[in-house]
Amino acid sequence: MSDLPEYNFAYLDEQTKRMIRRAILKAIAIPGYQTPFASREMPMPYGWGTGGVQVTAAILGTDDVLKVIDQGSDDTTNAVSIRKFFARTAGVRTTTRTPEATIIQTRHRIPETALGEHQVIVYQVPIPEPLRFLEPRETETRRMHALEDYGVMHVKLYEDIAQHGHIATAYAYPVKVDERYVMDPSPTPKFDNPKMNQCPALQLFGAGREKRIYAIPPYTRVVSLDFEDHPFERTRISGACSLCNSTKAFLDEVITDDQGGRAFMCSDTDYCEQARSRIGPLS
Amino acid sequence: MYVAVKGGEQAIDNAHLLLARDRRGDPAVPELSIDQIREQMTLAIARVMAEGSLYEPDLAALAIKQARGDLIEAIFLLRAYRTTLPRFGDCVPMDTADMSIRRRVSAVFKDLPGGQILGPTFDYTHRLLDPDLAIADDERPCPIVASVGAEPVVAPHILQILDREGLVEAPQSGVDAGVEEDLTRTPLEFPACRELRLQALARGDEGFLLALGYSTQRGYGRTHPFAGEIRIGEVELSFVPAELGFEVPLGAVTITECEMVNQFRGSETQAPQFTRGYGCVFGQSERKAMSMALVDRALRANDLGEASGVPAQDEEFVLSHCDNVQATGFVEHLKLPHYVDFQAELALLRQLRDDWSEKRIAKADADRSAKEQQEEAAE
Ligand SMILES: [Zn+2]
Repeated sequence: MSDLPEYNFAYLDEQTKRMIRRAILKAIAIPGYQTPFASREMPMPYGWGTGGVQVTAAILGTDDVLKVIDQGSDDTTNAVSIRKFFARTAGVRTTTRTPEATIIQTRHRIPETALGEHQVIVYQVPIPEPLRFLEPRETETRRMHALEDYGVMHVKLYEDIAQHGHIATAYAYPVKVDERYVMDPSPTPKFDNPKMNQCPALQLFGAGREKRIYAIPPYTRVVSLDFEDHPFERTRISGACSLCNSTKAFLDEVITDDQGGRAFMCSDTDYCEQARSRIGPLS
Repeated sequence: MYVAVKGGEQAIDNAHLLLARDRRGDPAVPELSIDQIREQMTLAIARVMAEGSLYEPDLAALAIKQARGDLIEAIFLLRAYRTTLPRFGDCVPMDTADMSIRRRVSAVFKDLPGGQILGPTFDYTHRLLDPDLAIADDERPCPIVASVGAEPVVAPHILQILDREGLVEAPQSGVDAGVEEDLTRTPLEFPACRELRLQALARGDEGFLLALGYSTQRGYGRTHPFAGEIRIGEVELSFVPAELGFEVPLGAVTITECEMVNQFRGSETQAPQFTRGYGCVFGQSERKAMSMALVDRALRANDLGEASGVPAQDEEFVLSHCDNVQATGFVEHLKLPHYVDFQAELALLRQLRDDWSEKRIAKADADRSAKEQQEEAAE
């Protein structure tokens, strides 16, 4: 038992990577379609980004520069842990700067800085099926996708409007990809949805526990579901970042004292740092 | 001025140090050895090997030690190691009729070829805490006698005997059908064949299967089970290397096998006969093997035309939720940060509350003016 196991570049063996790449290629060929893949047990728990980690491991090369964010931040514990994992098992260069990264693995956010053609963004996905909470059975939802039978989703959105006057979904807001598949954007806030449309970067989605990979190829039409008389509305940001004064970025609310004092700051820490270095520190 | 919390990296390193300290406990107490765990925690080893899908008692012991006795964490450690192992090939299907039996009971026949063998069981112990066990080994008054154990026996399966009359359905064999799927290598799709279902159940969480099996006994998909046979012992495994072309023994594994006999009233196309529910797990684990057999039989309800929509008969429900490594990951991931989603929900909730108040105020205004109009009209 004394011999320590030796792991392959980026942990996964080459056979497994090949299997995952085949699933990725199929996913790219059918934008928005959930491709089953033989997800492996990873050395981090399900729910911690095993799908994203497998996708990243399968596409990572020695020249890549990796950025990992969770909630928009490079410094959240799980982002640190995943970045360390790849630094250790693949020895690749890592960065917190969005434009410098060739692969960005993310949980719950899309960076504020626009992505480019040289980049791949890998989303960690908990529940890949956008219809899951309307129909729990996989056998049923697969049939619904095959027949493009999205009636239940439209009924749900309509009921929202009837009851609240608007669509009451704040994150994981469903989109239609390339005018065919309804897709879950992963639990990103709907503020980020427009960034997916015609994005120059390749967007890959990995769901480890549910064993699905899906993709949006570069420059693909991605439309948030809505109605003609109730068009999709991006969340308006009220207030400004208390660090960089930005009014355009998605803001996290922080509780500053026990008197209910609140402050807002950018969820995208790299964006915020860059903004601050341009304008200098606020007093 | 509030400054963003930094230092996730340092926090993780510190957490690992604290974990190592707590795992060790009081340094004045001797540290557990892998040998001790393997030899004295055998049923925990069995569970970790069964649900970890890897027969390796030493690694299971290491996992239990590393996991501080948290068996699901130990199972996870073993699974994460298993997934990195290369596959040489498939062993020759093991024949449990050749088992060297150490324990074997049947609830359907009083006596049978090979006999009933009680073996090492808790079944007839009185659950009274034993103060002798609190005394260190070398000070204990009566040493354990090692000579009561009889030689292991080999005996045919009991259902084999009923089988001659056609009273019991013939065993189904995935090997005959050429089924060689493996849910750890290909994603599970529904409907799944029985072989894949059994693989999922064999890896499935003991507690989950226990509760589901129990639910069938309480009327949620009743299967009228009898414990036809439960046997525990060692079975030899062998492998045929392509370059040799003959069987080479690999060693033996301890397994627990359970065959339930269940009533079946017959259908239009099938005569009434007993049906089988099957359970088979690594190590000594009767609870798991019996639960598995109950759930296996319940999952056949569709094929036998008896489905009534209860949880234990629902293949998608059972197979999608029986894996404790998946389940614990997804339940526990709720403790990861969800600031962004929560922020989005917070904004939405504030909007919904504002809308609600506005509507209420508007309604109160409307009600008041309607009332005033009414009163005016009455005057
Ligand atoms: Zn900012």
